[in-house]
Amino acid sequence: MTTTILDPTNERRLVTRQLVSRPKSLVGLTVGLLDISKARGDIFLDRLEKRLTDIGARVKRFKKPTFTKPAPVDLRHEIATTCNVVIEALAD
Amino acid sequence: MTTPILPNGLVVFVKRDCATCVMVVPVVQRLASGSTPFTVFTQDDPLFPDGVKAIHDADLGLSWHHNIETVPTLIRVENGREVARTVGWVRSEWRSITGISDLGSDLVEFRPGCGSLSVDPDLADELRVRHSGSTLHARRLEIAEREDDFEALFARGWTDGLPVVPPTEARVMHMLAGTSRAPQEIVTIVPPDLVELTVEKIAINAVMAGCLPEYLPWVIAALEAVCTDEFNMHGVLATTMPVGPVIICNGPGTRAIGMNSGVNVLGQGNRANLTIGRAVQLTIRNVGGGRPGEIDRAAHGMPGKLSFCFAEDEASSPWTSLATARGIDPNKNAVTVFAGEGPRCVVDQLARQPEQLATSLAACLLSVQHPKLPFAFDALLVIGPEHGRVFADAKWDRNRLTEYLESQLQLAGVDIVRGAHGMAEGVREHFRDATLPKFRPGGILLAHAGGGAGLFSAIIGGWANGPKGSDPVTKVVTT
Repeated sequence: MTTTILDPTNERRLVTRQLVSRPKSLVGLTVGLLDISKARGDIFLDRLEKRLTDIGARVKRFKKPTFTKPAPVDLRHEIATTCNVVIEALAD
Repeated sequence: MTTPILPNGLVVFVKRDCATCVMVVPVVQRLASGSTPFTVFTQDDPLFPDGVKAIHDADLGLSWHHNIETVPTLIRVENGREVARTVGWVRSEWRSITGISDLGSDLVEFRPGCGSLSVDPDLADELRVRHSGSTLHARRLEIAEREDDFEALFARGWTDGLPVVPPTEARVMHMLAGTSRAPQEIVTIVPPDLVELTVEKIAINAVMAGCLPEYLPWVIAALEAVCTDEFNMHGVLATTMPVGPVIICNGPGTRAIGMNSGVNVLGQGNRANLTIGRAVQLTIRNVGGGRPGEIDRAAHGMPGKLSFCFAEDEASSPWTSLATARGIDPNKNAVTVFAGEGPRCVVDQLARQPEQLATSLAACLLSVQHPKLPFAFDALLVIGPEHGRVFADAKWDRNRLTEYLESQLQLAGVDIVRGAHGMAEGVREHFRDATLPKFRPGGILLAHAGGGAGLFSAIIGGWANGPKGSDPVTKVVTT
């Protein structure tokens, strides 16, 4: 005899999105650097910012209120609308 | 679903496995030979009663739809509608309904009937599913005949590593009887996938965890508590630290559902403790999508991430309960959730004065996460009854103990700056001349639980606290 069970999951069907193709060069592009607020993440991002500006990229810095929660929707929207590229850094 | 109509005339429901039905066979035979249309429905043996042509209610559909709770049940039907009914053998009523004044003259006047098969507890849930029309929305999945039910659930990735009870519709319907809330009511939004969590999905996972229906309101309350911004289940799940929701249950309901607050309180062996906590974690895994190695990034994890739930021993506690201390009416049931790691034992078998014992407890609390890290982590201190008695005898209340612990846990900056005592870990140098408390105000939670023998308590260290991490949350349990 077969057993019929109820699905315990959220039954979501995930939407797959095409990744944006990588730019050949960062010169003249705006690169967002997202600090997730982990201790010393800023040290890593400071170094990145310097290297990026040295090669001609514009850098915008962003910061999550806390590393323990997802980035607020408004912050994600701001990054998406003002940057060409984003680097999210985790430091522990 | 429409209710099947009974034939006009007289209708009787019987089963062979009922002494009263067997007793009334001569009456049934007489009615069968009478002029009034007469239909017999037999629930078990299609050949019962002897000498009468009966219809076998094989799927018990007619019995279920017409609310037959007792056999025999005699019904008079006119124009497709029931106009009279009697249950068991009550001679006067049978005579009245049939209009035969000498019916059953050689029988006793009264004999109670037996339980109808359609209300047999072993069948009732299946019949409800079969005949009531489903109100549940979850996708149905068929496990093939040659597939093992338990292996099938492992294979689909729906377990926590231990076997789960297959969530059939009958079991889920039975589970839902534990709450008055509608199956499609949205309880909360569950991380990490941030999806709407219905009572039905909680019930499915509660079945899988092994819960009884009376545990369901506790599971729902615990999920309401962990899925708040204050508790921050997303962070508790995603952190590299070894923490999970620790669920402390309070109120008279903990005794009613048989929770353990005594011997081995934080251990194995009690169904309510273990399955309530497990149902919460399974829901986060299966509905929320929080699985180890994916969003769950714990470096080590801990066994309590399977389940960590217990009741406070309120009856012999020297204090008000944890929930009461957090503002809940003591007559109400409540859960408090705390983002905690595994418990560790505090041994002090010699202290007989409250100051001595509290000093020992403070010394052990100092090491929560790291002795040189102040303020960032809370702690849940579970005082064992033998330790509790020391405070009770000295008439120390909850506040007095907390204040004493806090006074013992003021840390000199010189001892906890980075590099001090040969340890790189610590606070920044500019705190060298400061005095810092180990715990933030309210950062020590006190509960009373454990076996009656053993001069021990338990410390459950917390995770990053406050708005940047997690705050304990208390919710009332509603049925």
